[in-house]
Amino acid sequence: METNNILEKIKAAGLVGRGGAEFPTALKWEMVKKAKGEKKYVICNASEGELGLFKDLFILKNHTEQVFEGMIIAMDFLETKEAYFNINRDYYEELRESIDGLIGKYAKDGYRFTVFQEHPSYAGGEETVLLNAIEGKRIQPRLKPPYPSDAGLYGMPTLIHNVETLYNVTDVRNGKFEDRRFYCISGPVDHEGVYHLPASFTIQKVLKETKNIPDFPFFAQIGGSASGVVYNKDQLGDHKVSGAGSIEIYREDILPKEILMKWFTFYMNESCGKCTPCREGSYQLHHMTKDAKEIPWDGIFEIVEAMEETSFCALGKSVGIPVRSYFENVLHMKP
Amino acid sequence: MKEVSVFLNGKEYKTEEGKSILQVALDNGIEIPHFCFHEDLPMDANCRTCLVELEKNGKVMTSCTLRAEEGLRVLLDTPKVIRIRKKNMELLLAEHDHYCMKCRAGYFCKTAEIMKKYGVTGNEFRRNIVDRSVHKMGSAAEFDPNECIACNKCVEICEEIGVCFLKMDGHDSKTRVWHTEDPKIDCIYCGQCTVHCPVSAVREQYQIEDVERVLKDPEKIVIVQTAPSVRASIGEEFGLPYGEDVTGKLYTAYRLLGFDKVFDVNMGADITTMVEAEELIERLGSKKGLPMFTSCCPGWVKCLEFYYPEFIPNLTTARSPQIHSGGAYKTWWAKREGIDPEKIVIVSVMPCTSKKYEAKHEKLFINGMKPVDYSLTTRELAIMLKKHNIDFPRLNPSEVDREGMYSGAAAIYGASGGVMESALRTAYFLVTGEEYGKIEFHEVRGMKGIKRADITIGDITLKVAVVATAKNFKIIADEIRKDPNAYHYIEVMACPGGCIGGGGQPIPSTYKIIEKRIEGLYAIDRGMKLRTAHQNEVVKEFFEYVDSLPKKERDAILYTTYSQKKKFE
Repeated sequence: METNNILEKIKAAGLVGRGGAEFPTALKWEMVKKAKGEKKYVICNASEGELGLFKDLFILKNHTEQVFEGMIIAMDFLETKEAYFNINRDYYEELRESIDGLIGKYAKDGYRFTVFQEHPSYAGGEETVLLNAIEGKRIQPRLKPPYPSDAGLYGMPTLIHNVETLYNVTDVRNGKFEDRRFYCISGPVDHEGVYHLPASFTIQKVLKETKNIPDFPFFAQIGGSASGVVYNKDQLGDHKVSGAGSIEIYREDILPKEILMKWFTFYMNESCGKCTPCREGSYQLHHMTKDAKEIPWDGIFEIVEAMEETSFCALGKSVGIPVRSYFENVLHMKP
Repeated sequence: MKEVSVFLNGKEYKTEEGKSILQVALDNGIEIPHFCFHEDLPMDANCRTCLVELEKNGKVMTSCTLRAEEGLRVLLDTPKVIRIRKKNMELLLAEHDHYCMKCRAGYFCKTAEIMKKYGVTGNEFRRNIVDRSVHKMGSAAEFDPNECIACNKCVEICEEIGVCFLKMDGHDSKTRVWHTEDPKIDCIYCGQCTVHCPVSAVREQYQIEDVERVLKDPEKIVIVQTAPSVRASIGEEFGLPYGEDVTGKLYTAYRLLGFDKVFDVNMGADITTMVEAEELIERLGSKKGLPMFTSCCPGWVKCLEFYYPEFIPNLTTARSPQIHSGGAYKTWWAKREGIDPEKIVIVSVMPCTSKKYEAKHEKLFINGMKPVDYSLTTRELAIMLKKHNIDFPRLNPSEVDREGMYSGAAAIYGASGGVMESALRTAYFLVTGEEYGKIEFHEVRGMKGIKRADITIGDITLKVAVVATAKNFKIIADEIRKDPNAYHYIEVMACPGGCIGGGGQPIPSTYKIIEKRIEGLYAIDRGMKLRTAHQNEVVKEFFEYVDSLPKKERDAILYTTYSQKKKFE
């Protein structure tokens, strides 16, 4: 009864994944619940490999217990005792004591948590990449279907959630859930940091509430400082924060080459190497921009199109979001 | 199975629900360029060139991962598909001609042909060059990480064979093929990686120029000898049907290339059958060294010498066919013709890369001479023929020179089970004094990785097994360890389907294609009057000669030895 109860509560709360994809949490739970397998796994993903994001670290530092509770609720729902804690290696250094302590505590009730220390990577945000990493396979995405909910870790139905999602699950269970999200604010602002504010806020409102509206010409990148969308300052009142909750402020006079190089270097280094457009395209984007006197926009968009249309996973596909939105919203140019 | 209709460029095709659209296209003779798709291997979907566009929404998809469903409509060459496909090919094949060994040598290169066809220059982008040089797998094959397109096929086939020597290494645009550092794993030189590489980054160690050089040397008498499998596969390189027997055209082609004598490895196979059948009967009598293993596959022999040294005494001491015939021509034939054997150059054409490695074994030298000087793959021969503008399909057939005469039992050596069957035909005669009436042993034929049978010869019931790939041998090895008397005679080949599916065969090589080639080999056998090794007059003449030699000299021509191998040895 209680298991149904939690599912209904999650549904009613309208919980969505806070890793960036915003997949409805209740749906994910139902899928894993329905799937057949000798075992089921719950994985907490604290990979946080995107630029501009540091909320998982914040939540884990301040609310470790609540995140673990979220995992326990999910494990009970799925009637499993098996969980993995995928954590950015650098974070684990900082959090070892509290995490290990909680694992020990829950072990007494038969819950088995395995910590997987991940080499920090962007690709770790892709669920199937994460699964391969834990299984010791090449760190590359898997072909879907099957989806992790049917055949995930070691081929078993697997529920994978971001740290913040699990934090929210506990709030839902305790009847304390308000539709808030964690915002990471960074860049040349007065009050960099993580803020827990209503999810309904516009970007403008979040900046205002946190006293972070710059007094210089600026623009912002939302939902990841590599793959996130770029808005000029006049658009900030029209949009909420999407994807993973980040807002990065840039000075308006940042050179196009500088910001493009930031993105392309990131994409190049973080490409897992599996598919042609992302593996080779990101390398070419980096080099054609680095070596150019003038930004070779036509060449860039040709590769960006190939990457967004034909990359194997969402990571390579996302490159068009920052490039196109920056081009249109900030440079006010049309492709 | 549910049948559905899909529409490619508006034309309806009936197919199985869920089938890959790329496969549907290929099955219907429609070309969609692709590099990482192989119908027998896992789907990787990493090259992103097999693109099609969905009619309903203009979305570009990889056709390999797109599954057939009722009413699915795709377009194959819309402007968007052409544009993005070309871009991905430029990215994938950046500077191909600069790094490709075939392109640099001026050889026919399938990749270069594809590039030309799709207007891909290879000049648009630069390759990210990694600090790794060409790795040589013995003297058989090699791979160049800087030519690799990370399609992963070599890694998968290496795993499928049961070796796991190759792996993808590195990250981002430095992702390339490399080998495992595990000291317990070594390459067995089967060359399956080379026949699954779409861009020749993994390839045989070419000997084309060596052969061309000796052909030009007026002092040399250059003999060519062809493995059983080549005649049922090389036609594929020239657009002929899978499995078509092109033996006669091949002989004509050799003469056009300038070979002095056209002999045959099949003659050597008949020698091998004689030696091996006699040894089998001897071991059955003495009950020592059983089960006896075949040894004509150097990949398998390397596998055993590295992974299963405990079974070394079980290998037949018979040399392999190319070594038997090569040795025969440099001794018996040279003597009879009054030719200085030092002037003779033997060139084998084999479906195999490990034959290159075998030919270099010093233990096989006879009076300090190599029984085989060069061993070309089927693909290398095709390159030579193309280079010399030989219009292969239009050649008139000709005959083998007399000393290349062979039986149908030799012709089937190329198929998994063929060596076993040939030996059984002769063993039956040697044991019973009569010919086996049915001639054929169907129990040992076919594509299955392990075939087991009980064969009655006179009052002996032989327990036999026929194994293809190292992976399948592992199962048999476990059986023998549990019960040493489980089998009397076991044939093992490294490659799927036997030599006919060898690492030196035309690309692509799939199970379906291999089956057709196998049909071709059995058809050759059926069409022959001479169907057993012991009835081969040339082989009889050869044995009259070797039997007249002192034992040591005779043994040096007929037998070999084995030893435990270290990694990279």
